[in-house]
Amino acid sequence: MPSNDTQTDAVELTPVHVDHLIADGELAAENAWCVSYDTETLPEQRPAFVPLALWQANQDDVELAPLLSSDTELTTELGQQLSGTNAIAVDFPAFTDGRGYTLARLLRERYGYTGEIRAVGDVLVDQLDYMRRCGFTAMALRDDQHPDDAIRALNMFSVRYQTDVEQRQALFERRLLASE
Amino acid sequence: MYRYDIHDQTLVDERVAQFRDQMDRYRAGRLGEEEFRPLRLQNGLYIQKHAPMLRIAIPYGMLAGKQLRALADITRRYDRGYGHFTTRQNLQLNWPALEDVPDILADLAKVQMHAIQTSGNCIRNTTSDQFAGIAGDEVEDPRPWCELIRQWSTLHPEFAYLPRKFKIAVSGAAQDRAAIQVHDIGLRLWHNADGEVRIKVLAGGGLGRTPMIGDVVREDLPWQHLLTYLEACVRVYNQFGRRDNKFKARIKILVKALGIEEFRRRVDEEWAHLKDGPQTLNQAAVDAAKIHFPEPARRPVTDSAIAEFERLRGENRSLARFVTNNVTDHKVSGYKAVTLSLKRREHAPGDVTADQMEAVADLADRYSFGEVRVTHEQNLVLSDVPVDELEALWKELDALGMANPTVGTLNDIICCPGGDYCGLANAVSIPIAQALQERFEDLDFLYDLGPLDLNISGCMNACGHHHVGHIGILGVDKKGEEYYQISIGGNSTDDASLGKILGPSFFREDVPDVVDKVLQVYVAERHEDERFLDTYRRIGLKPFKERVYAQQ
Repeated sequence: MPSNDTQTDAVELTPVHVDHLIADGELAAENAWCVSYDTETLPEQRPAFVPLALWQANQDDVELAPLLSSDTELTTELGQQLSGTNAIAVDFPAFTDGRGYTLARLLRERYGYTGEIRAVGDVLVDQLDYMRRCGFTAMALRDDQHPDDAIRALNMFSVRYQTDVEQRQALFERRLLASE
Repeated sequence: MYRYDIHDQTLVDERVAQFRDQMDRYRAGRLGEEEFRPLRLQNGLYIQKHAPMLRIAIPYGMLAGKQLRALADITRRYDRGYGHFTTRQNLQLNWPALEDVPDILADLAKVQMHAIQTSGNCIRNTTSDQFAGIAGDEVEDPRPWCELIRQWSTLHPEFAYLPRKFKIAVSGAAQDRAAIQVHDIGLRLWHNADGEVRIKVLAGGGLGRTPMIGDVVREDLPWQHLLTYLEACVRVYNQFGRRDNKFKARIKILVKALGIEEFRRRVDEEWAHLKDGPQTLNQAAVDAAKIHFPEPARRPVTDSAIAEFERLRGENRSLARFVTNNVTDHKVSGYKAVTLSLKRREHAPGDVTADQMEAVADLADRYSFGEVRVTHEQNLVLSDVPVDELEALWKELDALGMANPTVGTLNDIICCPGGDYCGLANAVSIPIAQALQERFEDLDFLYDLGPLDLNISGCMNACGHHHVGHIGILGVDKKGEEYYQISIGGNSTDDASLGKILGPSFFREDVPDVVDKVLQVYVAERHEDERFLDTYRRIGLKPFKERVYAQQ
């Protein structure tokens, strides 16, 4: 398998809080969760998203939830294991790394995951609509992003051609139903 | 032609509003340069050497006369009164002002056009056969299928940030005119013994730094699964394509690294979950797409009119030359497809002025049901011309400077904008094309050489498809100096092959002489009626190399 080294640059060991969390299409009033990228030690702050292996080793701790790196290979076994948590964070190490979109769709559509999926990391205003359509219910905006812009960007489109997590019929199918 | 309904129109209008908002934020400093970059690219906007460049999508090369008139108007109001047709069947504007781009996109939306995903690391404009729907060797009209792909790929939420750009081409004829073997995904539509549409899927072809011929992933995909199977292919690429090195990020590198069997296994594994899912096509959906591409109401052309055309052709040498090279047989007797050459020494290959665009729109209305096609060879096609109007059309084209009877010859050069315009280029390419067109303008000589693809790229990104030119020319940079590397034996059609480099590169001024020597070898060595490509394949590189590098 080709290597994917983009992950390594973005590691931050201090738990991260973000100022602006978009949840269910609105600016969230509260944001208790922090994100810790430290793969060795559990953070003191709770609740916390921690790297997958650390979460797997501490599954009894209800104040922890898994943080998936963008190169996570979502096997059937892992997909089933993740269904036991009520929140999953997917990391965007760079906004140009599109693997997180596929991860979210697989969690929703293949593994039937119904809890929160939160986008963290390099999360920008103009990605949010795509993220929502792929199954993210919460997006932790990068610090420099404006929440007003984010809410506007989320509501720019009323039409979509493809199926997605929210819209289970492609437009061609909806057109046919409308013409019947 | 595909006509937008309220949904298509709303989406394109909303896209314009979105980009206007993004541009406002960029200009107000709320959107950084780096963050704006993929957004503008996915709206066709480049920052180029001299000015921005805007690349307008022409889905599978189909243009209505009304759209062409709107493009002419846009080039006059926002640019310098001309545009450049590209090998991806798009139209590029070279001199728009950055702040005008939202208005340009709004004007495009008024005529059901856009610049969505003409650049960036996403699924690009799907290309096809310029003779789709009219070719005698066609098995299945690719256009409705291309339109279904266009809709599926437009603003696909999962695939806007792929490892690299992603290009799909579709062919539905016996002969491949869409270069499907050198695309990220190539699709060949065919009919099985029961007359059902099946799709051959190729993956991992492409030009650029590491040129490759695509591998067959699946021979016989039932048409119902076109979109779910494409989704599986792109999803595998999105997950496993390399992201650490942009030069190794195309799907061809992934297919090669995994091997085609393992790539196929992964796609099939992914597809098993998507197959029969909500994007599975049904007959009603395909029929709804096909309604947009009806047979035009062609009047019958009588046998005597056809005989009269043949008589004219026999008598008029100039017309005969035009017919031989620029006129293609049509599936309907009495009709022809006419290729309008955009290759003249006075301008870059593929360039067309606003006046010419309007004139072509007018000719399309009068001679060819108001439609124009853009070819990946950077020419235009009027697809439905009755033979008894051909002479009149030819005279009008001649007056416009678009009747060069050289389509398919050495003079019909495919050429990228090169160092005169493109920020990526290592060397100029347009002046090379012009020098070659000047050197080889004798029609008798050109015809004697027969079909010959000469392709020029100004850098290894290969927008001019030099790897698949029978003769390919690549501009290279050596310590700040421009040099040109010549390759021979490339081909983009059914028996696709990549050209082999002749040897050390040449000075710009020597390129015409080198090409001349290559042609001399061909003329001396060829068997009767043997194409350049076939002579090369028979005798190999050596005789060409010896002649070109011989000491004086």
